[in-house]
Amino acid sequence: MTDAPEKKKLPGSLSVDARIDSWLSIDAGETVTLKTGKTEFGQGIKTAIAQIGADELDISLARVRVQEADSALTVDEKLTVGSESVQQSGVAMRYAAAQARQILLQKAADHLGLAIEDLTVEDGLVSSRSTNRQVSYWQLMAGQAFNAEVTGDVAPRSPESRRLAGQNVPRLDIPAKLTGGRAFIQDMALPGLLHGRVLHPPAYKTELLKFDATAIAKLPGVVKVVQDGRFLGVIAEREDQAVRAWEVMRDATAWRELPSLPNEDNLADWLVSQETHDWLIDGGTPVDGPIPDIVEPAGASKTLEAIYTRPYLMHAPIGPSCAVAQWDGDKLTVWEQSQGVFPLQAALSCAFAIPAENIHCIHAEGAGVYGHSGSDDAAMDAAMLARALPGRPVRLQWMREDEHRWEPYGSAMVIGLQASVGAGTKLLDWNCDIWTNVHAGRPRAKMDSAGFVAAWHREKSLPPHKPADNQGKHGGGHRGATPLYDLPAMRIVKHLVKPHPLRVSSLRALGTFGNVFAQESFLDEMAHAAGQDPVAFRLAHLKDARARAVIEKAAAMAGWDPAKWGKGYGQGLAFHRYKNNKCFVAVVVEAEVDEAKGSIVIPRAWIACDAGEVINPDGAANQLEGGFLQAMSWTLKEAVRFDATRITSLDWESYPILTFKDAPEIEVGFVARPNDPPLGVGEGTAGPTPGAIGNAVFNAIGVRLRELPLTPERVRKMIVAERRG
Amino acid sequence: MSAARTVTLQVNGQARSVTVDPETPLLYALRNDLGLVAAKYGCGVEQCGACAVLVDGEKAFSCTLTVEQAAGKAIVTLEGLGTPDAPHPLQKAFEAEQAVQCGYCTSGIIVAAKALLDANPDPDLPAIRLALQDHLCRCGTHSRVFRAIRRAAQEMKTRELRA
Repeated sequence: MTDAPEKKKLPGSLSVDARIDSWLSIDAGETVTLKTGKTEFGQGIKTAIAQIGADELDISLARVRVQEADSALTVDEKLTVGSESVQQSGVAMRYAAAQARQILLQKAADHLGLAIEDLTVEDGLVSSRSTNRQVSYWQLMAGQAFNAEVTGDVAPRSPESRRLAGQNVPRLDIPAKLTGGRAFIQDMALPGLLHGRVLHPPAYKTELLKFDATAIAKLPGVVKVVQDGRFLGVIAEREDQAVRAWEVMRDATAWRELPSLPNEDNLADWLVSQETHDWLIDGGTPVDGPIPDIVEPAGASKTLEAIYTRPYLMHAPIGPSCAVAQWDGDKLTVWEQSQGVFPLQAALSCAFAIPAENIHCIHAEGAGVYGHSGSDDAAMDAAMLARALPGRPVRLQWMREDEHRWEPYGSAMVIGLQASVGAGTKLLDWNCDIWTNVHAGRPRAKMDSAGFVAAWHREKSLPPHKPADNQGKHGGGHRGATPLYDLPAMRIVKHLVKPHPLRVSSLRALGTFGNVFAQESFLDEMAHAAGQDPVAFRLAHLKDARARAVIEKAAAMAGWDPAKWGKGYGQGLAFHRYKNNKCFVAVVVEAEVDEAKGSIVIPRAWIACDAGEVINPDGAANQLEGGFLQAMSWTLKEAVRFDATRITSLDWESYPILTFKDAPEIEVGFVARPNDPPLGVGEGTAGPTPGAIGNAVFNAIGVRLRELPLTPERVRKMIVAERRG
Repeated sequence: MSAARTVTLQVNGQARSVTVDPETPLLYALRNDLGLVAAKYGCGVEQCGACAVLVDGEKAFSCTLTVEQAAGKAIVTLEGLGTPDAPHPLQKAFEAEQAVQCGYCTSGIIVAAKALLDANPDPDLPAIRLALQDHLCRCGTHSRVFRAIRRAAQEMKTRELRA
């Protein structure tokens, strides 16, 4: 062909960078490095990448090294969010590796003087079918670059011929985590490493009244006291010395705290009475313009309305955020645990007013983050400390109360619903009004504001940036709000509450947790009003065959049986397709409810999922189970507590989460669809879990619980209120 | 606070010397002086279990136990249970069940499970729940942890029968 072919859209993150060398290299030492711009935090993306790449290259897993996100070494795949990693990075790897194999085969054919059709590959060794001649990938090009781009024309393996993708390959990161390997950024060892702690202000709005740097500098092991406005830190030779100095600082430093927080007891009333920006959600996308009134449909025989709420929620990783930073002149290296090396690099570049290319961000695994936790702030804090001692690496870990107090929470929400059924048993309409703060707030490349706590507290402080909510299709606070059910009329409105007195950002699944709790609970309310079984009622409103299949599967797995319900025992089901374009999930739980105590026990849970092609079924099940248990914890236990000036949830007693006593036994089943594209699973259970629990409680005691969390004291009050009518 | 001095600790069957303020929490001596990083800082106040180790066979929280208090006692950390090449049945069982997500809490949980199985070689689910009551996991691996501990108990019983 003489004409250049028209450039077609390449799959996954190949649209960012199509060079094969950006995705993999054939190394000396008979190994292959696969490179992903995504980050591991225990969700298993490194293993999935290894499975996909090794499969396409015809090599064993033992030869694979996975290089995760590093601003100097990997493709800019932005953030590791939204259950997108397999679809973006995994699919890119699949096509890059398939093309690399084709190039290697051609090189082998040339080298051996044989036709490509005569060659087979096993573990990187290319053999001739007709002769006994062989050559390995490493003999052909160890250490050499491909200098070629992925065209997308080389077809990856057929689903039937995959040997690793689709199998329960044990996760590559687990052995070190079971035997005390240095698996975490918290474990990093570097020559000359110093240890830092930062004393963050005790409240959002403060004035610093007294800080005695001289006294702190005299404490054992202290190398440097760092003060820049209200940014107060200490660097010591030993970690325990840094912690001790931090404790002394905390006790000796005086602040004036200014009230800035609403009354937590009236949070829902507060949210709905603030100034808002309102959007109609049309097909999942916010549209500016007049908001139509709710119109009661003709022929309505029963109309219900209800209000559901969720409080502010924490990411609350078990390991407080950590980073290691080192300055050399105006160059900064940061080992960090955030969800994206490139976005962090860009934000740090603005915070320190140095070019992005002067900053090297290297991902190292921390404790699970579940969204935008304290990770980015730890990187900034570490860089602030290390700046005071150029040439020395400084490790900073947040104390437990730093993480609880200063992480950006998932927003509180109020969701009002109204719907009608006609003379038959079909829904005639669906009205949903959501009041929420933004579900975004990551540090951005801005010079006039900042998304880092430290930047707000410096002498030359930057104001907190004012992130817009994610206004994309099924984004931000409206994520999960558009039902997949067949409804003749839908009116969904997002009321974005402008003041956000608590720091908020992206928590796993964003608005989905609140929106689907409300949606799936209210659907059961409508089914009850229509005298229908909740499963049958859902199926009557769902044409989507894949949605129907997971609901039917979950019900079958759980032995769905309304005859068993009552006297404190009930089953509950909820369904959701994450972002309306990721995996389909139905959850069933059984609940045992003690009305006098207000206690809800969940002995067992069942999860049915259709995620298209599943690269690692056990890994995907682990994600679905984990998402279920985390959402169960949000549902039953969690709420960020605060008074007029400060956050009061500062440890695990003041912010209880699910314990081993509470955890059910869980069964996961997949609807197998190996020929369909992979659909992310990481956030698949966050939506259906709270609805399934609320529905099980209703089916057990006949009381509808609409205000999270469902702690015993609150449940007792709700039962009394509901019984009174 | 007092001056640093040299203290001998019995860790994983070996005598190890550290020169620290004896009031230093054992956690930091293990992690930063002895390079035993399995035990983790999670909360510093015995609420999460990430720092758990065995002291004279009993589970202890190394975030509050001082070096002085630990001196002269037999300390066992996760590293003392087994290695990647020769794992303890609990480590094997956690691998087999893939009972890990981020894994930050895992070391403390396996140490707690070791203390449990030493006292009760065949624990039922309520006993396992009770033994892990002061441990937190945020990723949600709880049901896998239950399976892993039962698997380990089974394997250890089989081993004993064979021996």
